[in-house]
Amino acid sequence: MAHREIDQHSGVETTGHDWDGLKELNNPLPKWWLYLFYACIVWAIGYWVLYPAWPGISGYTGGLLGHSNRLEALSDVASATANRNAGAKDIETLPFDKIEANPALLQFALANGKAAFANNCAPCHGAGALGSPGYPNLQAGDWLWGGKVDDIYQTIRVGVRSTSPDTRGVPMPAFGKDGILKKDEINDVADFVMTLSDPAYKAAGVAHGKQIFADNCASCHGEAGTGNQEMGAKNLTTKVHLYAWSKETVVAQITNPKLGVMPTWEGKLDPITLKSLAIYVHDLGGGQ
Amino acid sequence: MARPATATSLSFEETAYALFLGLLAAICLLIAGKAWDIPMALHAGIGAIFAGIGVFLIINGALHRKAWTPELIDGKPNYNYGPIKFATIAAIFWGIAGFTVGLLIALQLCYPALNLDLPWTSFGRLRPLHTSAVIFAFGGNVLLATSFYVVQRTCQARMPGIVTPWFVVLGYNAFIVIAGTGYLLGVTQGKEYAEPEWYADIWLTIVWVVYLLTFLGTIWKRKEPHIYVANWFYLAFIVTVAVLHLGNNESLPISIYSSKSVQVFSGVQDAMVQWWYGHNAVGFFLTAGFLAIMYYFVPKRADRPVYSYRLSIVHFWALIFLYIWAGPHHLHYTALPEWASTLGATFSIILWMPSWGGMINGLMTLSGAWDKLRTDPVLRMLVVSVAFYGMSTFEGPLMSVKAVNSLSHYTDWTIGHVHSGALGWVGFISFGAIYCLVPWLWNRKEMYSLKLVSWHFWLATIGIVFYITAMWVSGIMEGLMWRAYDKLGFLEYSFIETVAAKHTLYLVRAFGGGLFLLGALIMAYNVYMTIRFSARQEHASASGLNLAPAE
Repeated sequence: MAHREIDQHSGVETTGHDWDGLKELNNPLPKWWLYLFYACIVWAIGYWVLYPAWPGISGYTGGLLGHSNRLEALSDVASATANRNAGAKDIETLPFDKIEANPALLQFALANGKAAFANNCAPCHGAGALGSPGYPNLQAGDWLWGGKVDDIYQTIRVGVRSTSPDTRGVPMPAFGKDGILKKDEINDVADFVMTLSDPAYKAAGVAHGKQIFADNCASCHGEAGTGNQEMGAKNLTTKVHLYAWSKETVVAQITNPKLGVMPTWEGKLDPITLKSLAIYVHDLGGGQ
Repeated sequence: MARPATATSLSFEETAYALFLGLLAAICLLIAGKAWDIPMALHAGIGAIFAGIGVFLIINGALHRKAWTPELIDGKPNYNYGPIKFATIAAIFWGIAGFTVGLLIALQLCYPALNLDLPWTSFGRLRPLHTSAVIFAFGGNVLLATSFYVVQRTCQARMPGIVTPWFVVLGYNAFIVIAGTGYLLGVTQGKEYAEPEWYADIWLTIVWVVYLLTFLGTIWKRKEPHIYVANWFYLAFIVTVAVLHLGNNESLPISIYSSKSVQVFSGVQDAMVQWWYGHNAVGFFLTAGFLAIMYYFVPKRADRPVYSYRLSIVHFWALIFLYIWAGPHHLHYTALPEWASTLGATFSIILWMPSWGGMINGLMTLSGAWDKLRTDPVLRMLVVSVAFYGMSTFEGPLMSVKAVNSLSHYTDWTIGHVHSGALGWVGFISFGAIYCLVPWLWNRKEMYSLKLVSWHFWLATIGIVFYITAMWVSGIMEGLMWRAYDKLGFLEYSFIETVAAKHTLYLVRAFGGGLFLLGALIMAYNVYMTIRFSARQEHASASGLNLAPAE
């Protein structure tokens, strides 16, 4: 079958095969190609000798360099953290007013807090800390758990309804779902709650709602509805509202309250970063 | 196999397929009736309809048969082109669908409102629809069409079977319909490029085995004792994809009536199996299969012998031996043990030259025919695809090196790399092959308009350049932003800032993708006009071509 011929253009012999008019030249392997191929193999063998490479029955060849990506990464992170914190050790021990009085420490804390906020807090509270429905606005100056820097620090440390044993969070009763109040009673008390933040608000049930409020709500939210930050009871005299300011959301919240959660950051972030975050958040504009 | 005397009676093969599909339709109906979830009911229903149509087509075909199809006509092989024509048209259809979805999700990344707040149109469901549509629906149909064409022509034998080749082509496209509708309905086993659930996997396995047998059956009947290099690559592609498919879809359905299954592997083992599969889907589906296309269509269109037989042997065996090891480079700096990572990276580097062997053989085949690039836009497309192949197969080993990977991984650089391979290599070699195949299959002298081919070529080339440069810049930018520290040692940027910084580059990418899609639409029009009206009079470009006359 093989019928070798010489290709007119290149002068190279063909292999003599013919497939549907297709032929092949009998050219040798290009030298540069072959030597680069060998060089890559040699490089790979060198790599195998130096680094962890081949598995065995109960282990693997560790390589002459004794290299480990994992240990290298851990030590990189540890040394970077140590270097960074070298001049800021005092943040861990000093009280907040002393830190804020020291320009170098304050600058460090704000930079640290900014980075930590962007990477840990922004997904819920927003890059500008303006919050979104269900996630508090940290710039509004209206705090559920207190806006002093110590309060903010405590909230970050233990979280809200988190896994921490010291977690913040007192559940509000589900007045509607659990049958404590009837539907029209909830409607009336919601009308009253609306008047607390909007004096112009008018509705028939306000007077009745005031009585229901005094009997059921005032123990936590206060006689005047100004709230209680010790237990996270919302100040009802402002229009800042976790789930948008409207009568519907008030009714929904009384009927079957949404109980938001925030993780505890203690243990996930180092102590210096925790305090830095509190200073940063306090400094955003809403701090008290 | 002996055939019945009368042409209108069913052959043994037809009877077997009709019984199998009839039984399948019955099983599908049962499952549809007792299905636990809506996707399962829908898919079983589609399966029953498709199987029923299959039975009808087999019986109807036999009833209207005047005579048995001869193996030879005037001493020449009577090639079976019907299924190839179908796969060619299907490739164009799915290609345009896949490119369109790609453009849509590119725009969704610029304007999230385009997710339309509907589960079916969310990025998470459309993204696998895009990847599978372009790889498996477009690429798969191109591979089916070209492999059936090439294996018949180079073996000078008709494919075996009456129903069998149709079963492969239609069965494969039925798989695509099941897979695609599944993505939109949220049916997924959560494995990249292997999302379809257990029942689709079983169906694909059956189709694929029949594909392998059809291919082998044709080679068995060959006239030339040596097997042409393109067929080695097709065989490597078919066999290895079968192995990969079975390996990565080890799962147990929670019920035969449910669309959900449970994976056998878990944790890092699952990740390793997934990327062994994922990387070799690139290696054997998108590389070996399309190298086979190159080995037939480039020498054919250039009318030159393949540059080096020896190079084709050495790079073939090196490629298939080495590719299978490279998967772990997708899992650098993860829970995967470091030794596996090392092996993945080093084998990827060794793979560089075997990959380039194909490029050299493709480009050097043009020596003596370079002048044709001036006049033949189809050859230009084929050659540029080989150049993109060379670029991607250099970039791949580079990115597998751990130090480079620590910057490139999880960034848009990966997307750019994939698309220089997918749009440049796979896309262009496919378009080139389609531009060759359509006139050959439909017995036309040439494409309707080579000027339109030229338009397609330039629009798509410029589109690719926009696409990949945007992704390189965006990828390297975000990689550098992720690792940027301020002077006190804190991270300079938050993640969302890196996302916002990419907006303009995403627009550039979408623009490039839009040009690529526009080119494909021009191709579809050109193919339609070729089939409908034959070649148009264009004196400038059509001359100087010396093509083998269509059969």
